[in-house]
Amino acid sequence: MINEALFFSAVLFTIGVVGVLTRRNAIIIFMCVELMLNAVNLTFVAFSKLYGAAGQIFVIFVMTVAAAEAAVGLAIIISIFRHRETVNLENINLLKG
Amino acid sequence: MGYFYQINFYIFGLLAIASALAFVTRKSPVAAALWLVNTMFCLSALYIMMDAQFIGAIQVLVYAGAIMVVFLFVVMLLNLGHPSDIADMRGTWAKLVAAGIGVVLLAQILVVQRQRLPRIIPEVEAPRNVITGIAGPLFNEYLLAFEVTSVLLLAAIVGAVLLAKRRS
Repeated sequence: MINEALFFSAVLFTIGVVGVLTRRNAIIIFMCVELMLNAVNLTFVAFSKLYGAAGQIFVIFVMTVAAAEAAVGLAIIISIFRHRETVNLENINLLKG
Repeated sequence: MGYFYQINFYIFGLLAIASALAFVTRKSPVAAALWLVNTMFCLSALYIMMDAQFIGAIQVLVYAGAIMVVFLFVVMLLNLGHPSDIADMRGTWAKLVAAGIGVVLLAQILVVQRQRLPRIIPEVEAPRNVITGIAGPLFNEYLLAFEVTSVLLLAAIVGAVLLAKRRS
């Protein structure tokens, strides 16, 4: 069961990475990052069956960080949208020089 | 570990992967968010089957219930218009590169996890009291990290309000 969980987690993480690399909508890229965090959580829970409850506690911390990250990141996206009227990353190139 | 159990584990895992694939390929942000919610429900089922009932519960409450609602709320707030206006896939080259990177990454992760993992705690029956197993270490060994988390949340709240506030 642990090996299967690790396999599912690896596939989900890879899907998240591919999503970050192929999409241009900032909100969807954010959701892909959440998917990657979820995949890591699945690994933590699987390993907590082998190595004790510390893995589950780390999952709680990861969820807290994900919530904080979503709040701040979405606030940044709203702020960018106010200035540039877009969430497409192709059009947000202020730092390109 | 019964047969029924094993089959359900596979079903929920494959459903999670299928929903994740549907999530990355949807054009509309709302459809993508709803598929991601489905992935999170399936992951919650996997957590519960791996004796992490509390994590399964807060997965539904925090991820599917709070974080994804915030995402949908922002999609609504920005009023992004019709999905065809915001079609956002990158070009063919970017897709090929991303697929290549994805295949390499998947191969690496699968090779790494082929090794047999040693078990350091004995296999025991799942305890009846699932919360105490987490609450004990959380409020003893990891108390400092727990307290620092509250500072992180406060900083995130203040930061989000400051960033999203309309300047007059």
